[in-house]
Amino acid sequence: MNLHEYQSKFRFAEFGIPILKGKTASTPQEAYEAARELGCPVVVKAQVLVGGRGKAGGVKVARTPEQAEDHANAILGMKIKGLTVRKVLIDPAANIAQEIYLGITNDRAAGRPVIMASSEGGIEIEQVARENPDAIAREHIDPFLGLLDYQARNLASGINLPHEHWRVFSRIAANLYRCYLASDAVLAEINPLVITGENQLIALDGKMIIDDNALFRQPQLAEMRDTDAEPKEETLARAAGISYVKLNGQIGCMVNGAGLAMTTMDMTKLYGGDEIGPANFLDIGGGAQASKVAAALRIILDDANVKSVLFNIFGGITRCDEVARGILEALNEVPSSLPMVIRLVGTNSEEGRAIIDNANIPNLSSAATLTEAAKKAVEAARKALAADKGAQ
Amino acid sequence: MAIMVNQDTRLIVQGITGREGSFHTKQMIEYGTNLVGGVTPGKGGEWVHGKPVFDTVKKAVDATGANASIIYVAAPYAPDAIYEAVDAGIQLIVCITEGIPIIEMMKVYQYLSYHNSRLVGPNCPGLLAPGIAKIGIMPGYIGTPGNVGVVSKSGTLTYEVVYALTQAGMGQTTCVGIGGDPIIGTNFVEALQMFEEDPETEKVVLIGEIGGRAEVDAAEFIKANMTKPVAAFIAGKSAPPGTRMGHAGAIIEGGEGTATEKIEALLEAGVRVADNPEQIPALLK
Repeated sequence: MNLHEYQSKFRFAEFGIPILKGKTASTPQEAYEAARELGCPVVVKAQVLVGGRGKAGGVKVARTPEQAEDHANAILGMKIKGLTVRKVLIDPAANIAQEIYLGITNDRAAGRPVIMASSEGGIEIEQVARENPDAIAREHIDPFLGLLDYQARNLASGINLPHEHWRVFSRIAANLYRCYLASDAVLAEINPLVITGENQLIALDGKMIIDDNALFRQPQLAEMRDTDAEPKEETLARAAGISYVKLNGQIGCMVNGAGLAMTTMDMTKLYGGDEIGPANFLDIGGGAQASKVAAALRIILDDANVKSVLFNIFGGITRCDEVARGILEALNEVPSSLPMVIRLVGTNSEEGRAIIDNANIPNLSSAATLTEAAKKAVEAARKALAADKGAQ
Repeated sequence: MAIMVNQDTRLIVQGITGREGSFHTKQMIEYGTNLVGGVTPGKGGEWVHGKPVFDTVKKAVDATGANASIIYVAAPYAPDAIYEAVDAGIQLIVCITEGIPIIEMMKVYQYLSYHNSRLVGPNCPGLLAPGIAKIGIMPGYIGTPGNVGVVSKSGTLTYEVVYALTQAGMGQTTCVGIGGDPIIGTNFVEALQMFEEDPETEKVVLIGEIGGRAEVDAAEFIKANMTKPVAAFIAGKSAPPGTRMGHAGAIIEGGEGTATEKIEALLEAGVRVADNPEQIPALLK
């Protein structure tokens, strides 16, 4: 789960990391008030969960409260990479002498957290890693020992930080690690960490990603989820215990298991070419009770782009005849005339297929292999698209 | 012969009295796995499907001589179950549990590095050594004894491929699900090494997905060390960056971990890569 800049920075501040204490605003009027209270100049920053806000015109300096109001008026409602800006952060403007990077993430290969610093702040760390890898200093952290003082000094030394800042920098690094741990973050990043003209270190921008697996023990953070920033189908799916990601294609996919769900998407793309592809990722999880299938089907059909639906269920422990009955019950609850291709494989697959075929529902067809199922679903979507074009 | 399990494997089930644990205990016994007992704290003295339940792993090991454990314990308690198994000297620990926080798994990973136990998983379907043992949740009927080794990050996708191999008359030595989490106990390279060293395994199938660089590391290992032919499939070619596709580990971050870069690395290493998992049996011929 991604946190907004303001959420991340306010969280950093709770752990003793210096930030410019700004205010959020959801209306131009609130932005005006915030700018007046904070004292100008201020920076008006779009709060959206994507990078590249500055380039998109989502970050602007205001010299007066009126100007802050104008900027907020322009930025609120703006779309940045498809996401609508619903909040701005009004921060006091900083006098920047130098920008550095400081972040902690999980190194999968090492199986440990890694803390990274770079003298090139303000740029995405991935870009620095590609273009100037020597500018990055790294230290792996033993999760039982935590970040050691010498490791923070190694980072300071590695990025040629002037000695006068080492003590404060080390404290910020230690506090960032505390914040990362206490928040169950998979990424806690200060970018840039600036040295101001007044020789102070301040976290000017921040980003945190929280481990979805840990939200059960982070109720305070779980509440910060911005459901406005995600398609409403994803919010519905989460409530139903279904793993769903909206995509841009035309074939609604319902699959059990994440790997098989991705594979099913890939097959629709493989046979659909440039025009046709998956409308979603959907893993229905273990079993396939009618209630869950119905919930998933509702979510899939909610997407107006969907032209055909592909069910791909491997009956391992679950039997395919049960799954087939579940699908028919779900279709009773959620009627639809869209073409649907059903592929059942594994335990009792023949019985399952017979149940589907005997139901004699004109828009349902069964398929024996994944290849056949994907081709059929693609064909149905292609026909529907052509019919749509013809109707226009 | 299989990898990781053999005729001397003596398995206990941690969480044996739970719904999942009890269900799969029955399935594993029916498959013929040498399952010697189970553990649920507070339920020592009970019996499940004719097997004794102990309060602690230590007591189970003392009484049964268990050397392998399978964990069906809920995510908040699963790390504790793993530590308990390690400290009781269990050699092979398979953790099925999904949803363990990453920081907890990093501690487990660190702890394992101080000990000799092997962990498979978490968030995995476990192991199936056809004709020998089933440790986990893979449906037994999908496999048949033979000479193909299968290693995969996935669950049902693995079943698909194994089932397709079986139907094509290509049996397996062992099918290993290593799990879809970012931090796992046994990685592709370790499993590939075991298959390379196993005299009965003649061919290997690797099933990967987007996220991380484990498949790239596997490709480098295959190129440098493997003499046996390898076929592979990588799921998630059509996945957009920055979005987690179900598995905690299946996410393209900072432009890395894409299916394309993994496929290229594998092709470069001489691996036969399928566009479609149904092609795998043909690629092994």
